Amino acid sequence: MENRYELNKNLAQMLKGGVIMDVTNAEQAKIAEAAGAVAVMALERVPADIRKEGGVARMSDPKMIREIQETVSIPVMAKVRIGHFVEAQILEAISVDYIDESEVLTPADDVNHINKDEFKIPFVCGARNLGEALRRIGEGASMIRTKGEAGTGNVVEAVRHMRTMLNDMRRVQAASAMELMTIAKEYGAPYDLIKYVHEHGKLPVVNFAAGGIATPADAALMMQLGVDGVFVGSGIFKSGDPVKRAKAIVEATTFYNDHVKLAKISEDLGEAMVGIEIDTLAPTELLASRGW
Amino acid sequence: MITVGVLAIQGAVAEHVAALNKIENVKGIEVKTLEEIEQIDGLILPGGESTAMGKILNYFQMLEPLAEKIKQGLPVWGTCAGMILLAKEIVGQDTTYFKAMDMIVKRNAYGSQLDSFQTTIELPEIAATPIPLIFIRAPYVESVTGDVTILAKVADKIVAAVQDNMLVTAFHPELTDDLSFHKYFCKKVSASKQVS
Repeated sequence: MENRYELNKNLAQMLKGGVIMDVTNAEQAKIAEAAGAVAVMALERVPADIRKEGGVARMSDPKMIREIQETVSIPVMAKVRIGHFVEAQILEAISVDYIDESEVLTPADDVNHINKDEFKIPFVCGARNLGEALRRIGEGASMIRTKGEAGTGNVVEAVRHMRTMLNDMRRVQAASAMELMTIAKEYGAPYDLIKYVHEHGKLPVVNFAAGGIATPADAALMMQLGVDGVFVGSGIFKSGDPVKRAKAIVEATTFYNDHVKLAKISEDLGEAMVGIEIDTLAPTELLASRGW
Repeated sequence: MITVGVLAIQGAVAEHVAALNKIENVKGIEVKTLEEIEQIDGLILPGGESTAMGKILNYFQMLEPLAEKIKQGLPVWGTCAGMILLAKEIVGQDTTYFKAMDMIVKRNAYGSQLDSFQTTIELPEIAATPIPLIFIRAPYVESVTGDVTILAKVADKIVAAVQDNMLVTAFHPELTDDLSFHKYFCKKVSASKQVS
C-alpha cells in the first residue's frame, strides 16, 4: 500500500502530452479513442448540458461506465461529487482508472473534500490557484487540473487559473525560507507542500488544463502556458464535427509549439461549440466557485 | 558523446530525458519530427498510451519512415507503450505499429490501475544491485520467436527482452532513480555508433 500513491502519480505521468475527453456513452468513447485520446472521462451529461438542463448532477450509472470500460483499451475516468466518498467507493469497486472529484457535479459536502488517502484508486481534482491545488494534494489527489469554467467553451477561466497558479508558484519559489509558513497560512496550503514548491518550482503531481477548451488553438494555448495535457469536455461532442475536432485537438496538443502545423490542424473543422461569455453568468452559475 | 532522442508525441518524455542527462557523455533530447530523429544516435519510445501515439504517428505519416530507420539499425528502446509500438503482434487487436520485434505482446495485461505494482529484480548482466521495477497498467510479452533474447521475467511473464538493435521493457526505469537500464541502452547506442 505504501507506494500506491507513487503508482497513482505515475499513471498521470503516462497521460502527459495527451487529451482526456468527456464521453457519455460507449459510442463516443470509441470515437475518442480512435481520435487518439489518452483517456476518457465517463459522465452522464457533458457540462454544457448540465448547465442548460440544471438539476442535481451526480455520478454516472456504473453500468454505463462498465460498458465504456469494455469498449476502450485506454484508461477510463469517472466523476464523483465533491465530498461524496460513497460514489468514490462505488467507482473503486468497478475499477475505474481515475476518479475526478469534480465541481462540474453538484457538491455533496459544502465544507469537506473526500479524504483521498483512504483510497487505492487515484484522484484528480480541480484548482483555481496554488493553495487549492496543494489542499487537494494534501488530501491525496495524485493529479491536478485547472477548473476553468466547464461547459462554456470559453477558455478565459482556464487561462486565469493557470496563470494564477504559475504566479503563486513563482512567489513561493522566490520567497525566503522564513516566509514560507506565512505564505502557507495565506494560501491555506499544507506547509510541507509549500516547501516542496519552494524547492522544486512546480507541483509534486501532473497538472492538466480543463474547463472551456473548444479549439485546437485553445489546447495549444494551455500547453504553451505550461500545463502537462488537456481535458476537453463539451468542446468535442457539442461541436459540428466531433470526429474531426477530436483528432485536431489531439494533434494540437502534441505539436503545440509548431505554428505551421497548428494552422493546418485548425483548418476546416466545422462549427465549434457555442460559447458563453463568463460575465453573463450569475455568480451561482459559476461551477469553478464550488470547492473549498 | 552520444545523443539519444525521446519520442515526444505523448507520455513520460521529460522523465527519460532527465535520466539520460544524468549519464556521462550522453545528451538526452526530445524529438517529435523526422528531421529531429535524423540527428540522434538512439531513440527511446516512452511510456504513455500506445493507441494515442500510434494515431499521431499515423496522422503525420511518421510510422513507416520510423519503422524503416529501426529496420536499418537505429538503436531503439521501447518502455511500456513503446514496447507495444515495436511488437510484430498485439493480442486481441489487428492494428500494429512498427512491426519490428519478433514478439507477441499483451496490452493492459495485469488489469486496471488498481493492479499497477512495484517490485525489484536482480539482473547481474545489467546491474550489480537489485533494480526497482514499476509497472503502470503494464503490458507483458506473451511469447517471442526468432533471435529475441529474454532479459527478465517477473512472475513467469517476460517483461524485458532484446533483439538486435531493439530493447523493450514492460516497466518504467525512468520513474525511478535507478539508471541501470538507461546506461545499458546507452552502451548499446555507443557500440552501434562506433560500428557505423
